Amino acid sequence: MSNTQAAYLAHHFSDAEQQRESAKLGMWIFLVTEILLFSGLFVFYAVFRAWNPDMFINAHRFLDVRLGALNTIVLISSSLTVALAIRSLQLNDQKNAGRLLLTTILLASVFLVVKYFEYSHKIHLGLLPGKYFSFQGIEGTNPHVFFSVYFVITGLHGLHVIAGMLVISWVLLRTWQGEFSSEYYTPVENAGLYWHLVDLIWIFVFPLLYLVG
Amino acid sequence: MNTSSESNYLNASRGWKSWLFTLDHKRIAILYFFAIMFFFFVGGVLALLIRTELLSPKQVLVGAETYNQLFTLHGAIMIFLFIIPGIPAILGNFVLPLMIGAKDVAFPRLNLASWYVYMLGSLFALYSIVTGSVDTGWTFYTPYSTTTSGSVISMTLGVFILGFSSIFTGLNFIVTIHKLRAPGMTWYKMPLFAWGAYATSVIQILATPVLGITMILLILERAFGIGIFDPAMGGDPVLYQHFFWFYSHPAVYIMILPAMGIISEVISVFSHKKIFGYKAIAFSSLGIALVSFLVWGHHMFTSGQSELAAMIFSFLTFLVGIPSGIKMFNWMATMYKGSVSLESPMLYAMSFLFLFGIGGFTGIMLGALSVDVHLHDTYFVVAHFHYVMMGGTVMGFLAGLHYWWPKMWGRMYNEAWARITAVIIFIGFNLTFFTQFILGTKGMPRRYYTYMDQYQPLHAFSSVGSYIIGLGFTIMAVYLIHSLFRGKAAVKNPWGALTLEWTTSSPPVEHNFELQPVVVDGPYDYDRIRIENDQRIYKEVKMKSETETKVGL
Amino acid sequence: MTQHNPQSTNHVLPLKVYFAVGAALFVLTAITVGVSFIQFGAFNMVIALLIAAVKATLVALFFMHLFYDNKFFGAILSISLLFVAVFIILTMYDTEKRAAIYQEKGGPIQKEAVIYQEKAP
Repeated sequence: MSNTQAAYLAHHFSDAEQQRESAKLGMWIFLVTEILLFSGLFVFYAVFRAWNPDMFINAHRFLDVRLGALNTIVLISSSLTVALAIRSLQLNDQKNAGRLLLTTILLASVFLVVKYFEYSHKIHLGLLPGKYFSFQGIEGTNPHVFFSVYFVITGLHGLHVIAGMLVISWVLLRTWQGEFSSEYYTPVENAGLYWHLVDLIWIFVFPLLYLVG
Repeated sequence: MNTSSESNYLNASRGWKSWLFTLDHKRIAILYFFAIMFFFFVGGVLALLIRTELLSPKQVLVGAETYNQLFTLHGAIMIFLFIIPGIPAILGNFVLPLMIGAKDVAFPRLNLASWYVYMLGSLFALYSIVTGSVDTGWTFYTPYSTTTSGSVISMTLGVFILGFSSIFTGLNFIVTIHKLRAPGMTWYKMPLFAWGAYATSVIQILATPVLGITMILLILERAFGIGIFDPAMGGDPVLYQHFFWFYSHPAVYIMILPAMGIISEVISVFSHKKIFGYKAIAFSSLGIALVSFLVWGHHMFTSGQSELAAMIFSFLTFLVGIPSGIKMFNWMATMYKGSVSLESPMLYAMSFLFLFGIGGFTGIMLGALSVDVHLHDTYFVVAHFHYVMMGGTVMGFLAGLHYWWPKMWGRMYNEAWARITAVIIFIGFNLTFFTQFILGTKGMPRRYYTYMDQYQPLHAFSSVGSYIIGLGFTIMAVYLIHSLFRGKAAVKNPWGALTLEWTTSSPPVEHNFELQPVVVDGPYDYDRIRIENDQRIYKEVKMKSETETKVGL
Repeated sequence: MTQHNPQSTNHVLPLKVYFAVGAALFVLTAITVGVSFIQFGAFNMVIALLIAAVKATLVALFFMHLFYDNKFFGAILSISLLFVAVFIILTMYDTEKRAAIYQEKGGPIQKEAVIYQEKAP
């Protein structure tokens, strides 16, 4: 094992493989907590949709399907680039990995910019959550609840996008500093897993909010 | 074996920085110990204030509003700041890596972070006390919690933050148990405390995030009126209870499962007998963890949830009795025909068996739909969960604290006083809370600062019992603090136990073991091994090759 | 868990796998948007969720390497989804069945939020 005793190996692990497997297991368990965090919002959605199905259908027409679909494409592309970045590192191509990680961050910013336009449009119309809701013209009971669901889910998801951007920026800096190679790239892998989860949640949020028709 | 001359984790480095920035799981456990004991003290004082107010139906100390804040703070502090982190963060952090022969937990920095997050969360909770306090009860039920003037937001934010601390600990334990077991430590050679900690961690991982989102939604409901929980905004308060109890019912198993793990250790060690039904106990822990997620609706039998759902939840609740019963019977069977020695950890363990037995049975009674409708929100419920939480978890915690105290500090406490205290607390506890079962069946509702005159004798009796508990804990504090300075130096293995933490010095060296331990024997092989002067003596003739690899060297 | 598949350490997938999965995800997104404009009633929801599930599975299996990695990670993910299902199903068993015995218990406690009362003509 002496040849794998690199600087990144913590003292309480016996070899790099054990450390890598531990880090990934830890990351997967963390992802479980993220899924259960979002589960509460899906319950919120499901219960109120079942109570007021017509209102949900009427209210969702005020979301822009094109922008939602665009964001879906953007997020899937960013998932692809981060996956390819890890592949580049597996092949010891740090330069390409850096470029792909940078692309991921740019795509994430595109996602947020689109989100910003969606939000400002809704705020302009008064389609706000809860007691700030002031729009008239949606048929059905309690349309403000739909926009509560919309803002809470997309807001929490947006926070995760920002967190993911920070994490990816951090591994990008370390990639540029040449810390990663085919020998050791666990932090990039874990950042990637986190980013894919953000994507996974959006894959469900998009049809539930934009396509309920 | 003397502690002062040799290097150990306590004296390996000095100065406050070496503690506040430590990555050593043992030191983090000590940090947690002081923080959590502080809040246990605060929660205990609040409890005594509550009991003093209830001495008479008239106002004794405080008025109705202050009383509401008192029981809310007592509940919130005891639950979120003491009993949930108590056993995993103090005893689990300290012994789990030692037990499985690891040098540390898998993520030491995350472990330290969990302590800081705990402190941050507790600051938010303290802040809420200073700024108007909370009077909702520890459950923060809507719509009261969204309309009351108390500082609900900072308290719930504190609870949200504390959840992260819990998640970090759980995540660390799962990975540690999966990846850092010593060579030879198979799953079935793991001590049962590790199994208990594993099951606890699974619940922490799966349930705590839901508490997090519940608290976020509650804060949003209070701030923006998003219309999920508040009926005035089109929301549904019963839905809040679903959210809350999806976490908080499993959370009571976060509290009890590690205590059960401690009991498994202590009973086997002090009965000097191999644990009966190892696998049954191990898997019943996981069974409890699984079933705990299916029963939360039994808190809502009278809240207006669907009668059909109530029936299903009632039925599922009875399932919890099966794995709990399996454990109880196995512990009894372990003691049967063992040579039981009544040292203080064993006294607490036997208190656990008795009190948890009562707590468990009354839990089954309350799980029955028709009975619960009558007993809901009476002192019967209060007595039930104190029997489970204090009679169960706190007794388990005290058993573990006394059991591992020599290992943590390298000092022995005064055993005679420890035994006397165990008896005092046992008596005081039963005086306090058995009385409350009777009060509950007579119809005394919980959470009132006043009551009808006919309840006065029983309430006064219960209050006197609580003072006896207070006396017991005071004595305990005295002899434990005394032991730190004047206690006899502890040997490696004062109880003659076979688990790995007793093979290293007391207190352990900085990285736990001088040499990487290799596990050969099972954790409870008292039928063929005994300990004499810290050495393993194999009772059978098979001594030749195994002694060379034995862990005791 | 202590022994690992050496392949999982450094399993490099061919580029075309990534691009094929990416393309499939784009196509499925287009399909799900297109289908949403056709009225199938309640089935719209089922179709949308099925497609989302397929997309999520693709991401998990290939981008997140579950297909090649330690099977235990996949088990963890499945367990978490199981508990999400428990949460949703048992909660909705209450919210949907409140009216089973007493009709007036159906739905949320107060049908309409107070914010609409001032606005009502």
